[in-house]
Amino acid sequence: METELRIGVFVCHCGINIAGVLNIEDLCRYADTLPNVAMVQANVFTCAQKGTSEIEKVVKEQGLNRVVVAACTPRTHEPIFRACCQEAGINPYFFEMVNIREHCSWVHRHNKVYAQAKARDLIRMAVARASFLEPIGTFSSRVEPKAMVIGAGVAGMTCALAIADQGFEVILLEKEVRMGGLLRHLHKIAPCDVTASKLIGEKVAAAEKDDRVKCFTSARVEEVTGCIGNYVVKFSSGQESYTDKVGVIVVATGGVPLEPVDLFNYDGKRVITQSQLEARLKKGDIEAKSVVMIQCVGARIPERNYCSRICCMVAIKNSLHMKKAVKDAKVFVLFRDIQAYGVENEALFLKAREEGVRFIRYRLDNPPVVEDGRVRIYHPGMGKEVSLPADLVVLSTPIVASSDSEDLSKVLKVPVDENKFFLEAHPKLSPLDFATSGIYLCGNARFPATVREATYQALGAASRASIILSHDTIERVGTVAAVEAELCSGCFVCVKVCPYKVPRMNENGKAEIEPMQCQGCGICVAECPAEAIRFRYASDEQITAACNALHAPQEIRSEN
Amino acid sequence: MSSFEPLIAVFSCHYCSYAAADLAGSSRIQYPPNIRIIKVPCTGRVSANHILKALERGADGVYVAGCLEGTCHFISGNYKAQKRVQYVKALLSEINIEPERVEMHFMSAAQGSKFAAVAAEMTDVIKELGPSPLNHSRY
Repeated sequence: METELRIGVFVCHCGINIAGVLNIEDLCRYADTLPNVAMVQANVFTCAQKGTSEIEKVVKEQGLNRVVVAACTPRTHEPIFRACCQEAGINPYFFEMVNIREHCSWVHRHNKVYAQAKARDLIRMAVARASFLEPIGTFSSRVEPKAMVIGAGVAGMTCALAIADQGFEVILLEKEVRMGGLLRHLHKIAPCDVTASKLIGEKVAAAEKDDRVKCFTSARVEEVTGCIGNYVVKFSSGQESYTDKVGVIVVATGGVPLEPVDLFNYDGKRVITQSQLEARLKKGDIEAKSVVMIQCVGARIPERNYCSRICCMVAIKNSLHMKKAVKDAKVFVLFRDIQAYGVENEALFLKAREEGVRFIRYRLDNPPVVEDGRVRIYHPGMGKEVSLPADLVVLSTPIVASSDSEDLSKVLKVPVDENKFFLEAHPKLSPLDFATSGIYLCGNARFPATVREATYQALGAASRASIILSHDTIERVGTVAAVEAELCSGCFVCVKVCPYKVPRMNENGKAEIEPMQCQGCGICVAECPAEAIRFRYASDEQITAACNALHAPQEIRSEN
Repeated sequence: MSSFEPLIAVFSCHYCSYAAADLAGSSRIQYPPNIRIIKVPCTGRVSANHILKALERGADGVYVAGCLEGTCHFISGNYKAQKRVQYVKALLSEINIEPERVEMHFMSAAQGSKFAAVAAEMTDVIKELGPSPLNHSRY
């Protein structure tokens, strides 16, 4: 017979994040009345050193064998508390987290009475579930000391080279015929005026020279299976198909400048984009005496509501190059807001103004009008419409996600945001990781970035990836399904439903699940008609306990 | 009837809708406090029994919130859940309980606003339907 359940409930104030809305004292009093709860404690910040050491101390002193923390999201903080349980000498899976911040205090701020009732319910459900938690052990698997980097632009190549520098093999995939990404088409990089083709040329040369980096162009990722430490990747390069094993994957697929459609009479000749202007500047093929640049073309509008952030600097940089390239050139920049953050960018902005680049603000509801050889705009300083001479009109369009980002997101099973940029696990706590362990991201694939930003994201992603690659083995938690042979009727349902084709029939006509391959989704557990598959991480007992506790017991009892 | 505040159980998957709920939180998007999330690793883990159990134990509505079509972290768990939801809806119709009390929703980890909108929508739907006939605690 199992020892008596002793659940400890720790309720977090999270400063005022939770305590500003919920009455913590009331929650503590309430938790104390729940079955099997041995003690309740409130902390100002449960995740801080003081909070976690307090949990460890209390677990040991009071002989607790289950821990419930009512605080923020388990998606970021569960590992901290699981480790804390382990330190205190109980299985890390004897831990349950209640999210009373993201799911309660932050979203029901104006409804404190109901928020309080909801928090009580959530704590009751967690305590009920905690009573059915089961210990889960770990097992280790070998790490394939090789990385795959998808995208060979400045981010991808920087990342691949950095991983190779740590001594690991890297598969570098580029979907275009040539490596280099966006920088291949650009002129100079602000703020230090590095020549883009030189910068990227050196990286391409380094990647091609490095024996540890295997470059594939015209490449496409076809299929990815497995998990951290052991991904099996199928990809093609030209007509050839390849299958290989890698420990980690980095997504550095970049973005593309938006091609304007029906915007400001765009024709690619006299009305062009900033990237087309850069190509002309690069060739030295420019003679426009008067240039009008229009910012936020197709950006910060309802259907594309983000700021691409780098286009202001691109316009400022190119306006200075125009001034240099054509004597006495007039440059006007029509903007909605200027984004010139940091020391160098601001200095460049001031320099452009000193050199006579005119900045004129326009409003979204009264945009400039491009006519043949002229641009009409309402000038807020003069309080009237002005007509500017324009030999050339340059549209600053935002960086948008590459057209295939969504397909790749499906192959890798990682999310994209509403603009189809890849989405990291957490903007602050793990900005270079996906929620799926062993997959990382950097550069424009996440969001428009400068070369500098893409570079340090790439170096960051490389170090994140190297942490995994530098270990021979990786500990995997046994959050996997297991068949109870005596209950199995050999109906093949699990064999059919598993998306990873893991269960198989053994010679006795019973299903078997290889724990190393099981991904822990629980699909077979829900489908098995004989309820013969055990899943300790989310057992029927745990889920049912949470359902049973939806209502407070006295409410149900009063009816019976 | 206007004072009726339904209790709605939500089965949320760890990778998408639970994350969307977190995002709704960190974006401070306000929504009705009627939902109670039960986290599962994948909505494919949710069986018809779990949905029925939630109804039996007094939930006025239940919905399963999984990843967007084609983006399930476990490839097809959300479709499996959708099938089971359809199955439960058919069962409910047979015993004269409104099938609208049970629903399947899809959302990505980035759709905090959709999570909030779905919570509000389900609350409205269930308010309209009134208390579940199985919800004995309300009588």
